Amino acid sequence: MAELIIISTLNGVLYGMLLFLMASGLTLIFSMMGVLNFAHASFYMLGAFLGFQISQWAGFIPALILAPLIAGGIGAIVERYGLRTVHKNGHVAELLFTFGLAFIIEEVIQMIWGKLAADYRVPSFLDFSAFTVYATNYPAYKTFMLLFSIAIFIGLILLLTRTRAGLIIQASLTHPNMVGMLGHNVPRVFMLVFGLGTALAAIAGVIAGAAFVTQSNMAALLGPILFVVVVVGGLGSLWGAFVASLLIGLLQTFAIASDWSLSKFFSGYFTPARGTILFDIWTVTIAQVGPILPYLLLVLVLIFRPTGLFGTRDT
Amino acid sequence: MSGTIRSYGVWILAAVLLLILPYIFPAGASITTMCLIGIMIIFALSYNMLLGQTGMLSFGHAVYYGLAAFVTAHTMNWVAKNGIAIPLPLIPVFGAIAGLFFGILFGSVSTKRGGTAFAMISLGLAELVYSSSLILRSFFGGEEGISTDRTKLLRLFGYNFGPQIQVYYLIAAWCLLCVILMYAITRTPFGRMCNAVRENPERVEFVGYNPQFVRFIAFSLAGLFAGVAGSLAAINIELSQASFVGAAQSGAVLLAAYIGGVAFFVGPILGAILVTLLSIKLSDFSEIWVLYFGILFITIILFAPYGLSGLLMMHAQFWRGPIGSRITRLLKLFGAYIVALIPVLIMLAGAILLIEMIHHVAQKSAEGANMHFLRRNYLTVNTHTILPWLGGLAAMIGGFFAFRFTWPTVASAWHNALVDAQRSGK
Amino acid sequence: MNPAVELKNIEKRFGKTEIIRGVSLDVRAGERHAVIGPNGAGKSTLFNLVSGRLVPSAGSILLRGENITGLRPFEINRRGLSRSFQVTNIFPRLSVWENVRCAVLWSKGYKYSFWRNVDKLEDVRARTQEILDQINMADRAEIPAGVLTYAEQRALEIGITIAGGADIILLDEPTAGMSRSETERAVALIRKVSEGRTLIIIEHDMGVVFDLADRISVLVYGQIIATDEPPKIKANQKVQEAYLGAAGHD
Repeated sequence: MAELIIISTLNGVLYGMLLFLMASGLTLIFSMMGVLNFAHASFYMLGAFLGFQISQWAGFIPALILAPLIAGGIGAIVERYGLRTVHKNGHVAELLFTFGLAFIIEEVIQMIWGKLAADYRVPSFLDFSAFTVYATNYPAYKTFMLLFSIAIFIGLILLLTRTRAGLIIQASLTHPNMVGMLGHNVPRVFMLVFGLGTALAAIAGVIAGAAFVTQSNMAALLGPILFVVVVVGGLGSLWGAFVASLLIGLLQTFAIASDWSLSKFFSGYFTPARGTILFDIWTVTIAQVGPILPYLLLVLVLIFRPTGLFGTRDT
Repeated sequence: MSGTIRSYGVWILAAVLLLILPYIFPAGASITTMCLIGIMIIFALSYNMLLGQTGMLSFGHAVYYGLAAFVTAHTMNWVAKNGIAIPLPLIPVFGAIAGLFFGILFGSVSTKRGGTAFAMISLGLAELVYSSSLILRSFFGGEEGISTDRTKLLRLFGYNFGPQIQVYYLIAAWCLLCVILMYAITRTPFGRMCNAVRENPERVEFVGYNPQFVRFIAFSLAGLFAGVAGSLAAINIELSQASFVGAAQSGAVLLAAYIGGVAFFVGPILGAILVTLLSIKLSDFSEIWVLYFGILFITIILFAPYGLSGLLMMHAQFWRGPIGSRITRLLKLFGAYIVALIPVLIMLAGAILLIEMIHHVAQKSAEGANMHFLRRNYLTVNTHTILPWLGGLAAMIGGFFAFRFTWPTVASAWHNALVDAQRSGK
Repeated sequence: MNPAVELKNIEKRFGKTEIIRGVSLDVRAGERHAVIGPNGAGKSTLFNLVSGRLVPSAGSILLRGENITGLRPFEINRRGLSRSFQVTNIFPRLSVWENVRCAVLWSKGYKYSFWRNVDKLEDVRARTQEILDQINMADRAEIPAGVLTYAEQRALEIGITIAGGADIILLDEPTAGMSRSETERAVALIRKVSEGRTLIIIEHDMGVVFDLADRISVLVYGQIIATDEPPKIKANQKVQEAYLGAAGHD
């Protein structure tokens, strides 16, 4: 039991940190520009496929550096020539634009890399067991992922609190309307923030792609969970995104490890008839419910705390 | 939305058109396509009750369509099994009730907030329902879905609705009814307050209305009509499956409504027709047609935010004065369009050639160097030679600059038409 | 008889900043009551509290004796209090006619009706026409509100405010940014539409205030330092020191 808890906690925190790498960029973009980037998870996917391709050509370390740069560059171009054009038509148009972008990125990836999973593997120099918990070997690559995402997290905090650009971004988090009055080149700040946010997502893609499945549906699978994170945390709250990322990371990881079900709990007392909805609910295990849990959490948060856990402002 | 459609004449005309369409396009494939279009029209218009009328961007409208389809399939099986005297044409009523029920249920949690938060929540709820379909197997039927048999219900006047043409008339009748009802709703006090909520939800609170409640009713009613569409879809293919509630279905209706144009009532109708036709026809030409679809969508968002109907309606201002001058005015304008269209087509041809060749090289290297462009055998291109790549690039870039060169012609033709129209008065 | 609006020890804090610091005020039924004060005194915040846009941190608000503290704006509006906004707050892509009609519908009892044809509601049509005539915009009825001139939008703002037939009207700087002649027309309009109603008006133009108001309240740094008839306000020592002495010449 203790073994299971330790391993699940490690995996949960790892998953949560990866979510936060994406949610932080999403939140920064939303806070500054008022745009919820529907295509954010697509940049994560783009990062994974670019990481795969570059590591095939030049190795993992160049991929880890180049893929986020390329994805971030594409993000900046998208902001400069796409979002800025639709900005005058309002937030709905902006959201629709990023929706269309997600659509196109998925299709372009299928066009180039196909629909099947890419053969993106853990680099051989990190393919060993780092340490052992009771009887379970914990892989070095996962340890690397965890440490790397924590390092990026710390780097982000330093960027936001210790640099001039970071202070502008921070100011915009609390006073979104004041940025323009600071006398900075606001459009360029927007472009940089968009590029930075998408690059962060791409970093998550490069490191997660090697450990998990790199496939053209990965954005569609992850995107909705990302939105749950930012809505549950509170739209525009970086701290809320952090807490919600870890919460959902842990929730899903622990759920997968549990085979508990209602029928197990009530065994012997009551059994619904086979072939009814109640029977389905009765016999489903927590592990099977895992994919739904974030969305159930979303509904609960909406009912009891509509602004999210740490949200202060409405849209 | 403007009062372009005023009299009942339009509806009678529409009814006659729906009646004779199968005689104009009698082929089996055409009837099938028209059935799909009819369903999509209802679905897209119901979606536009949210997006166009009330300003609510939903990423999960298929939930109400799909759940109603499942309820319909179960109802039909139950009716057939127990021999209950309900004929097939009334079955969509159950779909409507199911759509309304789920619209009320999910609307009560999701319509408290508008804007971006609503959009995200609609997506979350859609994922919740879709993921549930893997668990609640007795309702969703797992991988196979729930199949049904529309011929097993009570017969009306000897029609068993086996032949597709009978289903066509069933769909056409429901389509016309729903279109009329949805149009009528836009012209009620509630419909007007939907527009007000879209424009300025805060001000609505200060004229006595609760914008959340307006959104909630709009959402519930949109669920009702989506339910009719889903119900007809289940009748049409005698099957309901989990993909009906999925993200792709929600995306399809968004695309249809937006491409057609959400600012005018007819927009989603145009969009439904175009999107259905394209999704059937484009696959004959390319494997990656969905990509072109996405590019069309982005192009419309960037350059024609009011969609196709918006582009058409821009020409309404030229339709004044004596009939002859109206026609010559528009002919002159269309002449300029054609001049600009030629380089655009060259540019597109070049871009598509490049995209298809990249796709071929990346994915179809096993098939060898030769590619059948647009899946036509007479358009075979050798992707291992430099010429087609240069040609594609030249067409794309050359077409673009030629278009830039012809654009002033269009702009001045537009200006002339405007001046001419204003001179000829109202 | 109860006052039209009664504020009892209203306070409003944003975080640690106290904007309204204990305001008590009676507005008599049928009077024209002006609220003046320097910029940042909290005048608009006070309006937001009375109309339900903001909820007071402490104190209570009574509408003809009924406690309305904490009610939502539409609930307060349905009780017969309507307000305009300092920054024009209309429905930009709807026509002028639609703008006014939206504000008429609830008062005529049509609520959320989705089964009646709105164009065939004779009482709504007549009332909308009446309002358009009052604000002199009958000939602009078909134009989208977003393309009107600034002065026209301000007039429409007033039209929307009065359309529901509320008997208590709050106008937030209705003449701000207008030229001399536009201001004169606006004052005439306000005088006309507030006939037989209770009017509370925030105004910077002292000419307008002293011309229009039956009584004046002076709000300075979140507190009312005086409420009285115009001549007495002019003579009030405290007011002169705190406000008129500094800002009265603009």
